[in-house]
Amino acid sequence: MKIAIEEDKCCGAGQCVLVAPEVFDQRDEDGIVVLLDPDPPQEQYGNVREAAAVCPAAAIEVRE
Amino acid sequence: MTWPRSVVVVGASAAGLAAAEGLRRQGYDGTLTLLGEEEHTPYDRPPLSKQLLSGSWEAERLALRTPEALSGLDLDLRPGSTAMALDTGTREVVLAGGSRVAYEALVVATGTRARRLPGTEDVTGVHVLRTLEDALALKAGLALAPHLVVVGGGFVGAEAAAVARGLGCEVTLVTDTPQPMSDALGSDVGAMLRQVHAEHGVRIETDVSVERVLSDRGRATGVALSDGRTVSAGAVLVGIGAQPNVEWLAGSGVPLGNGVECDATLCAGDGVWAAGDVASWPDPVTGTRIRIEHRTNAAEQGLAAARNLLAGPGAAKPFSTVPYVWSDQYDLKIQIHGLTRGADQFTLVDGSLEQRKFTALYGKGGRVCAAVGVNMLRPLRALRALVAARAPWDEALAAAAEAQTSTSSTSSDSNPATTGRAR
Repeated sequence: MKIAIEEDKCCGAGQCVLVAPEVFDQRDEDGIVVLLDPDPPQEQYGNVREAAAVCPAAAIEVRE
Repeated sequence: MTWPRSVVVVGASAAGLAAAEGLRRQGYDGTLTLLGEEEHTPYDRPPLSKQLLSGSWEAERLALRTPEALSGLDLDLRPGSTAMALDTGTREVVLAGGSRVAYEALVVATGTRARRLPGTEDVTGVHVLRTLEDALALKAGLALAPHLVVVGGGFVGAEAAAVARGLGCEVTLVTDTPQPMSDALGSDVGAMLRQVHAEHGVRIETDVSVERVLSDRGRATGVALSDGRTVSAGAVLVGIGAQPNVEWLAGSGVPLGNGVECDATLCAGDGVWAAGDVASWPDPVTGTRIRIEHRTNAAEQGLAAARNLLAGPGAAKPFSTVPYVWSDQYDLKIQIHGLTRGADQFTLVDGSLEQRKFTALYGKGGRVCAAVGVNMLRPLRALRALVAARAPWDEALAAAAEAQTSTSSTSSDSNPATTGRAR
């Protein structure tokens, strides 16, 4: 799995962090998403797909 | 997989797209049709009043998915298809022009449309802001008309007012509430927003409504207020809420009220589910029927409807959520977890209104109903758990104060929590 982030689309909602806290975090100053693990282990795949699906800014792209 | 062999999703915006993607991700391999009224592939609406109106994004950036991602869904995607009626007997959607699309399972995601001021439909210069065409027309209108009147002080009105000022327009915002966004955020935060807008040069008229739009030879020249005054303007943006697109379902047997009235699993009867702005469902936590017009809810409900549709009645799960919405105005990022309307308690947890950087809790009936943050993104996330748990108000204040104490050694701008009524 490869995860790509479009930082300038991110609206800082933090929904991805709620769904997949091992993979995503937010910057302190502006809340923009931080990718903790660009190549996460398989057990995280479900959470990452869900995070991409619920991102309100469509800022997370997942390639498998 | 024996059932369903065909699924039709009506509505090709965030909720409909999420439903289609959810179905495929869950392994549904039958026929999947996505009908959209607009002549576009699925695009995103929150940027319309933000990046698109300001000119920082071109329309192409609004696409929710790349063409490759869309084609990977193996969809019969039909933009420009308006559903006119539903025949639940034969299980067919009737399109404008008379053609019919058969389904075994149906997802209704027809969303909402902007409410207009009666009698202004044919007046040039009167705008709403719901679709890409609306936003492009408003943008073009602002370039021609240097004075904009915004009718309504909600999310759309406040955001558009901020962007229009940034574009150099004179802006007057008229709202029948005591402060901008005060019906959602209460009078304290409303007063802060009023101050921010005023500092940026927006004229704000509160506690007054727009009686009618003034026009000359079919072109808007201003508005008449309910107190007898007039405001002249070449462009009028009407941001007075939205109404669910359910008329096409009249007589179908699908239960309608304020939207499509689903059960707790988002099912609205035999073979019919609903998702997004149009769906009204009984929240399993509070027991009250709600309908939410938020971007995040659309995606979550689209996925949930897809799951429940495939799971079948025995295994379908009630849909429950902590609603989330955000608003960008000038350099403020406002975020809301939960539902603030009807709150009777308000307390600042961190930061201050003066700094325009804070988190706050809203309470209703002795329990936390929402957490709001302005320019405090990560700290707000911690308060979301209190909203999700509908924590008793006093316990929540204690928990928030404790979390605040544990971080205050690193925070120089902490502020003792002040408690008051929400409005």
